Amino acid sequence: MNPALLALSTEFEAPTTHDFSRWFDPNAWMLGPWNIGPFEIGLNFIYLLVLVAMASFLAFFYFAFRKPKVVPGKLQLVAEMGMDFVKQNTVLPMIGPQGLGYFALLATLFFYILAGNIYEIIPGFNFSMNSRLAFPVVLALVAYVAYHTAGIRRHGFGGYLKHSLILPGVPIALMPLMIVIEVVQVFITRPLTLSVRLFANMVAGHFLLSVFFLGTIGLMFSGKPLLMVFSPFSAAMAVVLVGFELFVAGLQAFIFAVLTASYIGTAMSEEH
Amino acid sequence: MRIALALLAQAMTDEGLTAIGKGLVYGLAAIGPGIGIGVLMGKSVEAMARQPEYAGQVRGTMFIGIGLIEALALFGFVLSFII
Repeated sequence: MNPALLALSTEFEAPTTHDFSRWFDPNAWMLGPWNIGPFEIGLNFIYLLVLVAMASFLAFFYFAFRKPKVVPGKLQLVAEMGMDFVKQNTVLPMIGPQGLGYFALLATLFFYILAGNIYEIIPGFNFSMNSRLAFPVVLALVAYVAYHTAGIRRHGFGGYLKHSLILPGVPIALMPLMIVIEVVQVFITRPLTLSVRLFANMVAGHFLLSVFFLGTIGLMFSGKPLLMVFSPFSAAMAVVLVGFELFVAGLQAFIFAVLTASYIGTAMSEEH
Repeated sequence: MRIALALLAQAMTDEGLTAIGKGLVYGLAAIGPGIGIGVLMGKSVEAMARQPEYAGQVRGTMFIGIGLIEALALFGFVLSFII
């Protein structure tokens, strides 16, 4: 290699998607697999994360609401504040009082996604289950079924199609074009963006954290004074990014819930 | 200059060009959403400063807008891994 480049090069290898495929390898079992009938059942890292997220989500609400009191304790207070946040910020402004039937769905989506995302910054796990596309896709399918069902129950099947595909005030000549655009929007783009947004945010966050944490170590032990100087800056940036990822985890859970609420609200709204 | 030439020589391979392409895909995909989020946040702050009593509503709508715009940039991010 050119000597000028050699002075700047390190042994450090940036993380790639290959690191993910190591976690995602269906044969990388931690326990098992056992053959039960036609299925291979076992525990790999991603399934472990899902179970842990599910368990922490259920345990939190079990202990918070086990013995509800009029004057709440600390845990109950936190849980009630979270529920109230979801109610005030997603259900009421997006759907209105007639949407309180969807409060349970939206609160579950919000807290389950939050529980999954938060494991990205918890030491020992450092990975979010939503970094694997399958989980955001399933969550988006839940939202997809929910808002179509809401619309069909309100307007009937034909009425719902007419309501969501035909916009009022569009000239007749533009109608075919607008209908095509709306079909793509309602049936393809919405679930796709819902799932890809969550997935890509979690992958990007994991990459950011791993680049800065691994970069700190890589620069520190590179043995070249020019590079070792930058190691503390990388470490400081990594610490800041942990806080940022905490914010992103909450924000993405909120955006998922609020967009689902907004789609349900659009499907249920009266003629516009 | 020497470093730049050496970098250029190293980049002019299939692997190097793919890496440049990946960087460009994400970078180009981030321009539009960047401008969009800037305009959105600026206008939201303006609205909140003018009418603080509606700050809550404006913030909620702002987050929806950010979510919708952000998806475009993230498509570029995902695409950069696919190519």
